[in-house]
Amino acid sequence: MKILVPVKRVVDFNVKVRVKADQTGVELANVKMSMNPFDEIAVEEALKLKEAGKATEVIAVSAGITACQETLRTALAMGADRAILVETDVELQPLAVAKLLKALVAKEGAGMVILGKQAIDDDANQTGQMLAALLDWPQGTFASKVEIDGSVARVTREIDGGLETVEIKLPAVVTTDLRLNTPRYATLPNIMKAKKKPLDVVKPDALGVDVAPRLKTLKVAEPGKRKAGVMVKDVDELVGKLKNEAKVL
Amino acid sequence: MTALVIAEHDNAHVRGGTANAVTAALKMGGEVHILVAGQGARAAADAAAKLAGVAKVLHAEGAHLASGSPENLAALVVPLAATYSHIVASATAFGKNFMPRVAALLDVAQVSEIVGVDSPDTFVRPIYAGNAFATVQALDKVKVITVRATGFDAAPATGSAPVESLAPGADKAQSKLLSQELTKSARPELAGARRIVSGGRGLGSGENFKMLETLADKLGAAIGASRAAVDSGYCPNDYQVGQTGKIVAPELYVAIGISGAIQHLAGMKDSKVIVAINKDPEAPIFQVADYGLVGDLFQIVPELTAKI
Repeated sequence: MKILVPVKRVVDFNVKVRVKADQTGVELANVKMSMNPFDEIAVEEALKLKEAGKATEVIAVSAGITACQETLRTALAMGADRAILVETDVELQPLAVAKLLKALVAKEGAGMVILGKQAIDDDANQTGQMLAALLDWPQGTFASKVEIDGSVARVTREIDGGLETVEIKLPAVVTTDLRLNTPRYATLPNIMKAKKKPLDVVKPDALGVDVAPRLKTLKVAEPGKRKAGVMVKDVDELVGKLKNEAKVL
Repeated sequence: MTALVIAEHDNAHVRGGTANAVTAALKMGGEVHILVAGQGARAAADAAAKLAGVAKVLHAEGAHLASGSPENLAALVVPLAATYSHIVASATAFGKNFMPRVAALLDVAQVSEIVGVDSPDTFVRPIYAGNAFATVQALDKVKVITVRATGFDAAPATGSAPVESLAPGADKAQSKLLSQELTKSARPELAGARRIVSGGRGLGSGENFKMLETLADKLGAAIGASRAAVDSGYCPNDYQVGQTGKIVAPELYVAIGISGAIQHLAGMKDSKVIVAINKDPEAPIFQVADYGLVGDLFQIVPELTAKI
């Protein structure tokens, strides 16, 4: 079984993003970019499945500008076998990405897609579910445990109020939550080896997919600031303030 | 123009911010209908009919709808979309799971986790973990929208709408629910609680974390936690407040031994009154707190519990 692992290039999670003065977006110039952390977890899970003999090949894919090749090289350095970039300068939204991935799943004959539950830039939490729907595959989202057993996968999911386990028929889409695993680091020898691994580049047209955006961003603004609070010296003062000033007790 | 809200429910009650999603849907400009799909969910349908502003409840009954299967739920909703301008659900684990399937099958974009409605096609939503807010216009004919509950008041239960039966559709039989392990608690549900007592790594152990329970019980509060506390095993993972956990906005949020990582702040900074108790005066949590108290939480928490 081939596993397709979509990975997204995003602003590094340690960077404090700044909104551009003209409110057209957030500042991306000279900002450190990395693989979306949930996608790192997806790469790790796919590699584990391959190491356990449940998968034959792990193919990392990304969609976007030329620089996404760096993100794919990271996936290759972690251990993915090869990579595909769908290259475009168009702003890609989740529906367009799901359509591109559907075309790649068909082209590669993949039996499973594992990807992050959301990207930490647009926080959409859509692509995996959309892909599953377009393929008419079942889905196991927000996974904290994945077991492959013959023709089914058992996925433990993080839900409001606890956990649930679903059994889904393969082929299927799985989206990862934080506690699924701890991604491995790419070692220096593997980073060197990754440079020689195959990385194909295709265009959306070649896959027959229209990637035009369906959402138009009118404005991006800073969040409202909270007014400065006060420090209290002891519990008595705190209780007094909560009762008489904030009136929440 | 009519919006269809898909209810999250436990057969007896509507839950998970559905009442807030109704308020958001009413702002989209037209009538609001609610779909209650499940097995033995008549009481939930009756509860949905009481939400103010709802004009009609659609009630679909079927064993294949019992577990909230995203495959079956999307298949049920998609044929209904022809008569609706907006399909709306709350942005909970339930809504996030099936709504993108609905959008993809309709070949339309989804607008996720809105916190504001500017016009019938223009919405405000947080991006970058709430560090920026985007105003987006949906260009598709049908708008598929998930709603962050903290952005809208809950619709009160003062209405009375008719309940109509809806054919439940077919079982796609692609997945089945094997088990659920829900955290049992007599306390209020975290996502909708009016007061929350939340603990972080500063508590030091799962045993110490339990000291929050007395305080929470006295306040009638839910208990939350930072990701650090969850990852350290002090409490179950569904206690987690933050960008990747629950987004909360109670009247009172008491952060105890929580330093205030960006991703935690993203989940609670819309709370009305924030109290921070931490031994480190430099902790970032104090920058969002209305009342900060620097000191040893192991002395402060019992004293606070005794004095309120």
